[in-house]
Amino acid sequence: MSALARRFTGMRAVLRREFHGYFASPLGYIFMVIFLMASGYLMVSRDFGRFLELREASLDALFSYLPWIFVVLVPAVAMRLWAEERRSGTVELLLTLPITLEGSYLGKFLAGWAFLAVSVSLTWPAVFQVARLGDPDWGAIFASYVATLLAAAVLLAIGLLFSALSKNQVVAFILAVAASVGFLLIGLPQTQEFVGKWFGGYVERVVSSLSLLDHFETLTRGLLQLNSLLFFVLFTVGWLVCGMLVLGQTKTN
Amino acid sequence: MTETDHPDSVPPAPAAAAGTAPPEADAPGEVLISVADLTKHYGPIRAVDGISFEVRRGDVLGFLGPNGAGKTTAMKMITGFLEPDRGSVTVAGIDVAADRLAVSRRIGYLPEDAPAYGEMTVEAFLRFIAEARELEAAEEAIEAVLETAHLRSVRGQTVETLSKGYKRRVGLAQALIHDPEVLILDEPTDGLDPNQKAVVQDLISSLSANRCIVLSTHILDEAERVCNRAVILSEGRILVDSTPEDLVSQAPGHNAVRFRVTEGDAEEVAERLAEAEWCASARVLPGGEVEAQPAAGENRLNEVLAAVGEHRVADVRVREGRLDELFRDVTRGVAA
Repeated sequence: MSALARRFTGMRAVLRREFHGYFASPLGYIFMVIFLMASGYLMVSRDFGRFLELREASLDALFSYLPWIFVVLVPAVAMRLWAEERRSGTVELLLTLPITLEGSYLGKFLAGWAFLAVSVSLTWPAVFQVARLGDPDWGAIFASYVATLLAAAVLLAIGLLFSALSKNQVVAFILAVAASVGFLLIGLPQTQEFVGKWFGGYVERVVSSLSLLDHFETLTRGLLQLNSLLFFVLFTVGWLVCGMLVLGQTKTN
Repeated sequence: MTETDHPDSVPPAPAAAAGTAPPEADAPGEVLISVADLTKHYGPIRAVDGISFEVRRGDVLGFLGPNGAGKTTAMKMITGFLEPDRGSVTVAGIDVAADRLAVSRRIGYLPEDAPAYGEMTVEAFLRFIAEARELEAAEEAIEAVLETAHLRSVRGQTVETLSKGYKRRVGLAQALIHDPEVLILDEPTDGLDPNQKAVVQDLISSLSANRCIVLSTHILDEAERVCNRAVILSEGRILVDSTPEDLVSQAPGHNAVRFRVTEGDAEEVAERLAEAEWCASARVLPGGEVEAQPAAGENRLNEVLAAVGEHRVADVRVREGRLDELFRDVTRGVAA
């Protein structure tokens, strides 16, 4: 076994357990229903997506609001993952099995991500509809799904960090929502204008390069740009590593 | 390590002499757990303070001690869940700090309160453990352990719906699923009713062959029933490392003789006993009984009866030492 594979020993078992865990309780199904209702509403609403008014065979109306739905729903998916282990003491069982901290952490992350991917894939009727009504840009739709999964990954990594930080699921949820909202607010034009006014153009450019919304939008337009892809990958990995370090400290409390 | 390596460094005996080697059954089992100078602080509190001991195959070692003595912390360090501030733990020859994964494959561990995933069924939970342990014959191992821990009847129930006794057995089952050489059980019977306790204790006793077991408890009867070694911990230090039988014989009041004087003067009998050179003390108890305590806890029933002489006595009893009295004496000495 290579040193890297050894580092993530036990990942598969944790992934499988956690993924099945979402469907073992009503919580997983409730999450899916809320996600689909919210995304469907924002897509066709006259105040937001205006899908019906636009008369375009495009799913921009659906995708552009998904990050804002994720800000609330992804922390709900993540909150249980470590807080519950630590509250019930099973973290001690888990981390004395032949499972590494990194392996279990990544296993939980992938389980949550896979669950989110299943939820997102349930938006297929929207794809079916635009294909029926017109001739959509398939590249943009594919890129939008990629962008959605990457945004889910970053926010999930944030949620997991706060789940490792607090034994209380509600606290973990609220902190994760706050951090995720902050992460998204960086990308709003108003924020960037404010930063530019006070700190100058250079800082404004740095801050705007950290905007999840901008990178998300770039990808959903069908441009799979390397720097936008790297943005999501690096931030996801960064939050995951931070979370592993936090868990190393909090596991025994 | 040099000391334990010593027998290996003896030059090999000629082949002809091999048949005369002492039978292995008499030799003590190999050392499976070796703890040296183990220390852990929680802030300013020293939870474990430089403890050292060895546990051999076939041993059932009981960690005794008041709450907060450091039993749980020591066990967490043996299993590799906690890192020690100082000192080392070696399990089956492997340093825990160097290779926790290899050690975890050889250890079965029941953490305090037997945590388990409540929403899973007993069977699914054990399947997860088997998968995490990468067992090849997982289904056979699950069936075997369901049988050993008497869990057949609840295999389809979720863990959260089980009684405490069953939950504890689920915890034992997950610790046993890979037939480990080393079992670490943190308060395996705590909070169970007397019947459940007896079931778990019998289970532990039946597991002791061919492995080593370390269990913590604050129930002294339990140590007497299941352990062949007892370590008393207090404030992070080892106060006593002995066998339960030895502890009993050291306990205050061991082999004290009590009786009732039916004809004659109890005071006079007590005085006569007190004069004997083997007698540490003799007195009339508030209830009218006479108690004679032989020096050094020796059994002196014959001498006592001889000293009674012309008096007539009844209800003669030789007391056994009580572990809890020794425990109180020993641990109070530290606290004072």
